[in-house]
Amino acid sequence: MPSHEEWLDAEAGPVVRPYQLTRGRTRASGEAFDMVATVMATQARIAAPGGLGPEHFSVLQLAQKPTTVVDIASDVALPLGVVRILLADLREFGLVTIQAPIPMKARQVDRETLKEVLHGLRGL
Amino acid sequence: MAYGGYEPDGAVTARRHRAIKILLAGGFGVGKTTLVGAVSEIRPLRTEEPLTETGKNIDSTAGVERKTTTTVAMDFGRITLREDLVLYLFGTPGQERFWFMWDELALGALGAVVLADTRRLADCFPAIDYFERRDIPFIIALNVFDGSRRYTTEEVRAALDLDPSLPIVLCDARSKESAKEVLITLIEHVLYVTDPAVSR
Repeated sequence: MPSHEEWLDAEAGPVVRPYQLTRGRTRASGEAFDMVATVMATQARIAAPGGLGPEHFSVLQLAQKPTTVVDIASDVALPLGVVRILLADLREFGLVTIQAPIPMKARQVDRETLKEVLHGLRGL
Repeated sequence: MAYGGYEPDGAVTARRHRAIKILLAGGFGVGKTTLVGAVSEIRPLRTEEPLTETGKNIDSTAGVERKTTTTVAMDFGRITLREDLVLYLFGTPGQERFWFMWDELALGALGAVVLADTRRLADCFPAIDYFERRDIPFIIALNVFDGSRRYTTEEVRAALDLDPSLPIVLCDARSKESAKEVLITLIEHVLYVTDPAVSR
């Protein structure tokens, strides 16, 4: 028999809808960034804490050590799109830096890197 | 530390790392999650995306007013090959209605592995089509399930109408060695398509 408890597991998703965390925004502000871009907290003082929600602080906490956008999304268990918006806010406040990775696209990647990858994989 | 760190003088650095993005595609239940988990620490990732018209029928939103987004779960794994060289594996939902996600993932991807089950070979047609159209190098990995009939790779090549230069490998998605071999085959193939004259 179904009970109300079955709605309380992770499968049911967050109680707060994602758009509430982002105040209805679906697009991140500022320059777009790659999902594997490196994120790092700047150690700047938080000038206007009122503009930030608890999720911003969770994200900021995770960025105390360099990490990536997808790693943060996985750790805070929020959808990628929401994390992008939170990160863009933090960047606007000067609290994080977001640095694009060096892209490694087929036909543009150098052979030396590919050989390094092969070597690395064989050594796993 | 993989992504830079704090220098002794207290300055903050975030070194640019070289990010290799590899996509892992294939039909539902073909073993994508298993393969990612076999070679890397697997991490769940959620995306909240708009529902397409096709998706609406499947998700049956009757009774859930104004539900216009759906949560798509996917897997990613990270393999740190060197301090500044990191390989990311993204297991992408195979259904066509999730292809809006592929477009972001495919941007800047090095290559793709299409994981196939010979009992349901048709499930991987859309993925093959997708990568062919976007000119993303890919290989086929046949996940050999217990009890499934072993087709030869050439039978599969004929069935999928694939170019003779496109690698098809048999694999056991549960095995680390086998999963490694799949990735190595893909990188070798990328080397080949980058400069066919040199590498084979």
